[in-house]
Amino acid sequence: MAVTNDPDPKLAEYAHPERLVTTAWLAEHLTDPGLVVVESDEDVLLYDTGHIPGAVKVDWHTELNDPVTRDYVDGERFAAIMSERGIGRDTTIVVYGDRNNWWAAYALWVFSLFGHADVRLLDGGRAKWIAEGRETTTDTPAPARADYPVVERDDAAIRAFKDDVLAHLRLVPDGGGALVDVRSPQEYTGEKLHMPDYPQEGAVRGGHIPGAASVPWARAAADDGSFRSRAELAAIYEQEQGLKPSDDVVAYCRIGERSSHTWFVLTYLLGFDRVRNYDGSWTEWGNAVRVPIARGEERG
Amino acid sequence: MSLPPALAELVDDFAALGPKDRLQLLLELSRELPELPERYADAADSMEQVHECQSPLFLAVEVADDGDRPVHLFFSAPPEAPTTRGFASIMYTGLDGQPAEAVLEVPDDFYTDLGLAEAVSPLRLRGIAAMLARIKRQVRSATG
Repeated sequence: MAVTNDPDPKLAEYAHPERLVTTAWLAEHLTDPGLVVVESDEDVLLYDTGHIPGAVKVDWHTELNDPVTRDYVDGERFAAIMSERGIGRDTTIVVYGDRNNWWAAYALWVFSLFGHADVRLLDGGRAKWIAEGRETTTDTPAPARADYPVVERDDAAIRAFKDDVLAHLRLVPDGGGALVDVRSPQEYTGEKLHMPDYPQEGAVRGGHIPGAASVPWARAAADDGSFRSRAELAAIYEQEQGLKPSDDVVAYCRIGERSSHTWFVLTYLLGFDRVRNYDGSWTEWGNAVRVPIARGEERG
Repeated sequence: MSLPPALAELVDDFAALGPKDRLQLLLELSRELPELPERYADAADSMEQVHECQSPLFLAVEVADDGDRPVHLFFSAPPEAPTTRGFASIMYTGLDGQPAEAVLEVPDDFYTDLGLAEAVSPLRLRGIAAMLARIKRQVRSATG
């Protein structure tokens, strides 16, 4: 049985309302057959301190990344992760997490590389659920094992590699392509090599990819951690930054997590046709030999 | 170079467990991190921020003037950052009350023996290395 969509009027304004659910909707549908809630956090212990009843945990770093190559897991490993959690190919997944769903959006993007059809975000994430005093538990669910098929990952549509970005760069000056840098303003200008208050992850050069618009990812979130309304988002990305839904857009950050959040906003909330996430991001670009870099506030 | 007894015991405790149980131990430690005493409770700006941690963590180091100069540690981290609290608790449990000299002798890479890289990821472990470096720097400047 298919899980219904959340008819909430704020969500209805987005280009793809079926990609979000509200906390109120989720509280009503927690036990729907065919629905699995996944928590994915930056803090690896947070799930264990209490989570949405029935939710399973997927850790972005230790589970979705290949332990040897800098890449995501393969189809076999992905099938095992999903099957263990009782997720089948037809399951509706609702992902939520800490920090404005930053890592939840990253998990959703990786699930999308494997073409999982129905994967949604909980608007407002973990913080909103808790702020509203909704139920949490420390009971770890023991889902019946599902049989997720081994699907080959398809990176072409929503993932960009360094060579793709180099080719894309030539299109940017003529308006044929756009780049969005979602890091902090200090990382964009090159004043800092890493996020304020974050560990330095070893980039040897600072600045941004020439032509990139600077839109820090968290501008898409309201104070309660939910997404800003469609009109507010359009005012930022379209009116202020001049991006168009028909643009071919590449978003990047430091390792591809913050830009997954922006990828979600542009693709599903504003309905952009083609958005790719460059997960190599600054930890690759800022170390690569002879790639162009712009410094300062100008796009360059 | 050797570890103070309480820290050595903690390292042994972690090493004896499997990866999942190591996370549970870290979670227990995060719950045991003591509250800040009143003199720091309203004075976060007198503490040093550990920028390398993924969540806000503030640290204060006091070195007593008497005897072998025992070191006292104070930490502040929010409840929604249990991993950071767990790291701080390892420092507190292992080093609080130790002589300054013993704190300075802790090897900078002692945390690799906790066996947390697999369960926590190396990136997240940078916070603990930074905490130790900042503690040592403060101890050095208080005793130098």
